[in-house]
Amino acid sequence: MTARSLAYAYAVAQDAPGLRSALDGLTGVLREPVHLVRPTRGGDPVAAVSPVPAEDFDQAALAAHLEDLPWLEALARSHHGVIEAIARCTTVLPLRLATVYLDDDRVRSVLDDGQGAFLDQLSRLAEHVEWGVKLYVEAPAASQAAPSRAPDLSPGRAYLHRRRAEQESQHDAFRAAEEAAERIGAAAREHGAGRARHRVQQGELALEPGVNVMNDAYLVPLDHAEAFRADVLNSTDGLTGVRVVVTGPWAPYSFAAPGPAGETAP
Amino acid sequence: MNGAPGTPSGAPAPQRRAALIDLLDRLLSGGVVLTGDLVLSIADIDLVRISLRALILSVGEQNPSARTISVPPGGEPP
Repeated sequence: MTARSLAYAYAVAQDAPGLRSALDGLTGVLREPVHLVRPTRGGDPVAAVSPVPAEDFDQAALAAHLEDLPWLEALARSHHGVIEAIARCTTVLPLRLATVYLDDDRVRSVLDDGQGAFLDQLSRLAEHVEWGVKLYVEAPAASQAAPSRAPDLSPGRAYLHRRRAEQESQHDAFRAAEEAAERIGAAAREHGAGRARHRVQQGELALEPGVNVMNDAYLVPLDHAEAFRADVLNSTDGLTGVRVVVTGPWAPYSFAAPGPAGETAP
Repeated sequence: MNGAPGTPSGAPAPQRRAALIDLLDRLLSGGVVLTGDLVLSIADIDLVRISLRALILSVGEQNPSARTISVPPGGEPP
């Protein structure tokens, strides 16, 4: 008895002459080969799909797996690898992680039903890239030696003194971050970039030093991509206590779903 | 693949391996959410996201000074 498989859908994309060869030999989740599903009547758009075992991807199994960080990371990197491969040769509309259908026919019917909307989205995203832009306020050095529940509060005045100095330094750093953010906003206006916001990064996966105070994504026309990036990297010039990090270029993940996730280009 | 028709000319060079947290920002809150014959419903994905966020935030709660800054919109889209 063969194991039942489901269809894992990565992305909807504009077909392009190079797309087939880009997917040739490409593997996705669990190293299964990725193939294209086309609308019933042919043409655009296409979907990139690979088979996944039902035992790992039915509702209960998937819900459990997604709580398992190493499993989630493997899934995320496999998904991302397919998106990147497609983005190198055509416009891609990434789908949310773990979009799973019963079979290819179901994917095809989704393409048929959503054809117009998908094509609108693809034309909006064509010739654009996404940059991640994060601002960090550097943690004041003194605070590391002063945990919030320090056992030796006895030299009270010294402590208060130190705290006030720290707070002032943090306050200045936040002011600097606001200034940098305004400069980034100006660069976005100049380069016609749309913005989506992500929540600030905290916790054990947030490996960058400092406190993340802004975690945005910008959708930038391709011919402005490098100039926008350069302007963003210069946004902290002359400011102290604040650092800017640019990630990408990404496929337009943050702009694929207009709605509450962020402000998106129309 | 290089020079394939449809390749955006002058596309920036790909980045080095993405940090997992940046990837999860995009894969768990970005991307098109399709309705239809989903095996896993949107609501379930949201639940997963919430519990995962709880995991990711578990250490961050020790840092009460963390706050976000409020800035004007980053520009009107074209």
